[in-house]
Amino acid sequence: MLDLLRFGSDGWGDEIARGAGMTLAVAILAYLIGILAGSGVAAAKLSGPAPVRWLAAAYTTIVRGVPALLVIWLLFFGGSGLIGWVAGLFGYSGPVELSSFAVGVTAVGIVSAAYAAEVIRGAVTAVPKGQLEAARALGMGRFLILRRILVPQALRYALPGLGNVWQMTLKDTTLVSVVSLAELMRQAYLGMQSTRQPFLFYVTAAILYMIMTTCSEALFRALSRRAERGVRRAVNN
Amino acid sequence: MNIDMILSSLPALFAGAWVTVQLVVLSLSLGFVLALAVAFGRLSSNRVISGGTGVYVFLFRSTPLLVQIFLIYYGLGQFAGIRESFLWPVLREAYWCAIIALTLNTAAYTGEIMRGGIQAVPFGQIEAARALGMSRALLYRRIVLPQALRTILPAYGNEMIQMVQATSLASAITLIELTGAARTIASRSFQPVEMFIIAGAIYLAMNFVIAQGVRWAERKNAAAG
Repeated sequence: MLDLLRFGSDGWGDEIARGAGMTLAVAILAYLIGILAGSGVAAAKLSGPAPVRWLAAAYTTIVRGVPALLVIWLLFFGGSGLIGWVAGLFGYSGPVELSSFAVGVTAVGIVSAAYAAEVIRGAVTAVPKGQLEAARALGMGRFLILRRILVPQALRYALPGLGNVWQMTLKDTTLVSVVSLAELMRQAYLGMQSTRQPFLFYVTAAILYMIMTTCSEALFRALSRRAERGVRRAVNN
Repeated sequence: MNIDMILSSLPALFAGAWVTVQLVVLSLSLGFVLALAVAFGRLSSNRVISGGTGVYVFLFRSTPLLVQIFLIYYGLGQFAGIRESFLWPVLREAYWCAIIALTLNTAAYTGEIMRGGIQAVPFGQIEAARALGMSRALLYRRIVLPQALRTILPAYGNEMIQMVQATSLASAITLIELTGAARTIASRSFQPVEMFIIAGAIYLAMNFVIAQGVRWAERKNAAAG
């Protein structure tokens, strides 16, 4: 039974491996979108003018309250219409079609950003105000404060939460298989259909996901330890 | 926007929402009971029991829910032994497979939340209860669990809201719940965006009900304590 997973033309090994690679690519890109857009949304929530704050609050509340699958379907069915409409504003009237990769990365990224925004907002408010006042008293500029004082300290508070967001983003990529993107779940499905061995293929997929989540958890733990290297504790852990 | 089209699709959406409610209520209540067993299993002094439940929690938290659903729905049917067993009438149905997967999944997460809540009960409370001569069962029922449940309420509220969203994955195994209903209508009609917006609003309404319920329970418990 296991020879079905051989690499090469008579086995599914290379298809599965490519699927796992695609899963990682979608997850990493969506996570980067999540961190970047999430930082923007957090900034909007913390110090934007009132209408921007409301928009940011509506965004995080709605996206965190509806299933990620619904966001994927919405983009899949509605995304090309929206882009076509925007393109129409610039005078382009041809057909617009979004690739399932673009839909998947954007949809998972939108969800990731909503959760990342909450984590980042919490981390920024956890930095003591005195730190920022001291930096201003020393005559530091806005960007220098951001780079030297706020980000390094906020990052330490944010890391555990951002680790959770990563795990969630990685797991959410499975949902992109519904729009036929050839990631791990989709490849396992195709393998199951042609060989009639669903258990084998889904257990293989499960083990690969387990390896990904466990390794990345270890990575985030190491990052946390590094970010906390300057913190004195009563008990070392 | 075509109002008639939207109005005529509402019954199907509400039927889907009703299936979602069933999935949420059944898997949350079964999952809660199982989670209690998981928490006690993890805290057991018996190495085999605590190790076994630890493995269960690890397996279900380190893999995506969609894999778990597919493994139960498609994977188990591969074995003739299961297809011929008395379990097959249940495992053949997408509905029950979804409930089993959601239950096992939420029990792993909730079990860890509960374990944290039980461990957070100050030991002095347990000493005092023992000094009063309470039996183990009475001690858990009157002292440990009420306090633990109060501690875990916010985290469990989040888990409940996550579960509402998790039920949408049942649409991947042919179940027409809310997301599945919206998608089916969207691919038939030319009103996809409207369907998903209505479905999203129904999900938000469900979350609102849960959030209000949790807030009510928190107020009620805070007054008692």
